[in-house]
Amino acid sequence: MWPDVVIEGSEAVALAVKAARPEVISAYPISPQTHIVESLARMIANGDLSAEYVRVESEFSTASVLAGASAAGSRSYTASSSQGLLLMTEVIYASVGMRLPFVITGVNRAVSAPISIQIDHQDTISLRDSGIIQFYVESVQEAYDLHIAAFKFAEDPEILLPVMVCMDGWILTHSYERVSILEQQEVDKFLPPYRPLHFLNVKEPKSWGSYAEDDVLMEFKYSIHSAMLKAKAKIEEIFQELAEISGRDYGGLIEAYLTEDAETILVALGSVTGTIKDAIDQMRAGGKKVGLVKIRCYRPFPYEDILSAVRGAKAVAVVEANFSMGCEGAVSLDLKAKLCGDPNAPKVIDFIAGLGGRDVNIKSVCEIVQKTEEMLRAGIATTESCWVGLNQAILP
Amino acid sequence: MKLIPGAVVTGGTSLAYKTGSWRDQKPIIDRELCKSCGICEEVCPDDSVKAQMGIYSIDYEYCKGCGLCAYECPAGAIQMIAEQR
Repeated sequence: MWPDVVIEGSEAVALAVKAARPEVISAYPISPQTHIVESLARMIANGDLSAEYVRVESEFSTASVLAGASAAGSRSYTASSSQGLLLMTEVIYASVGMRLPFVITGVNRAVSAPISIQIDHQDTISLRDSGIIQFYVESVQEAYDLHIAAFKFAEDPEILLPVMVCMDGWILTHSYERVSILEQQEVDKFLPPYRPLHFLNVKEPKSWGSYAEDDVLMEFKYSIHSAMLKAKAKIEEIFQELAEISGRDYGGLIEAYLTEDAETILVALGSVTGTIKDAIDQMRAGGKKVGLVKIRCYRPFPYEDILSAVRGAKAVAVVEANFSMGCEGAVSLDLKAKLCGDPNAPKVIDFIAGLGGRDVNIKSVCEIVQKTEEMLRAGIATTESCWVGLNQAILP
Repeated sequence: MKLIPGAVVTGGTSLAYKTGSWRDQKPIIDRELCKSCGICEEVCPDDSVKAQMGIYSIDYEYCKGCGLCAYECPAGAIQMIAEQR
């Protein structure tokens, strides 16, 4: 194994993508993902990576290049953020339907308007229903490892879906961390070249996503869902394979941190889970039984794993940086839907925290736990989300 | 027949798919007026106008009734009439 290096999050992602030997990379710049595709462009220009780099005029074209390249049998990759990801949405739905397994880094950033370049999860959460597999990472190391695994998830013949690795802008992309890099020959063994059963070939013409009438469209859509369900076990298998070469065992779709005896369990995704773990350690030192479920894989939604981790708790506090306007946070909605049939299910309270980069620190996590306990004691059966730190005084 | 993920199909499927059922307007060629210029055959987007020995006819199994042939015919020899089924 190579010695550990201290590198920027974006550079670590670029190194992981390089190790996966992509054949086509297409990119359109948008903060905060720019350093990733800049690094890849530099690698190609310096002759360190042999791939076709396609510069385009919009993210819609980026996704279209990936779809075409993938249909032609190439391993393809891009990164984007915020409205860039939203502009790709139509192509992502089509690519899911055509079962084209490219990989996108979704570098999280708030969605305009008002315009902001700071982080929240609204952009990638907006793509949750498309059929793209979504992971959320806590650290730069996890981002590195998951990018290598992402291609293997995507290209598995039983899955064949695009995969998005979501990582928080700035907090992860622009911070320097110690990262353990895998040797190329290990990655090559783990991730053989992409050789799909069907690919564009002038000698044997085929068409993708051909016209489907009402007698088959439902079946096509169900088969995407069915691939997602199969992916749950596959992802765990592939994590196991990755652990054999990396020594880092991610276990599964979620990470349960000190949940066994916990009375209050926080559920969160992304880099905030690191802060939450520190807050839990502090609270536990003070005698509070608190735990965390980190959702590593958000789609497919690993509700069985979450349920078994939270079943013994009194309350679940979802801490999320997205909101479904007119309703509540997406993660809370998902969780409540899957918990509602369980008579022993804990009460779920939704906390909207960190929109547009507003800091979520140890103090705010402790306050969330305190408020959850108070609400539980008072027996308040709220279904309204609590907006953490909302300044009522300036609301119009 | 099992569905192929991605709705991947090989070529030639449009022959198997009889689009004539889509039609609600039907082109009728008036043989008296037709000068056999072949413009209708050129403009048909579905390759549904066929000529045999200079006599033009419509393949109603595939004609969707778009009306391009009638619009382009310089002799006014093609009329669109309501499809009756």
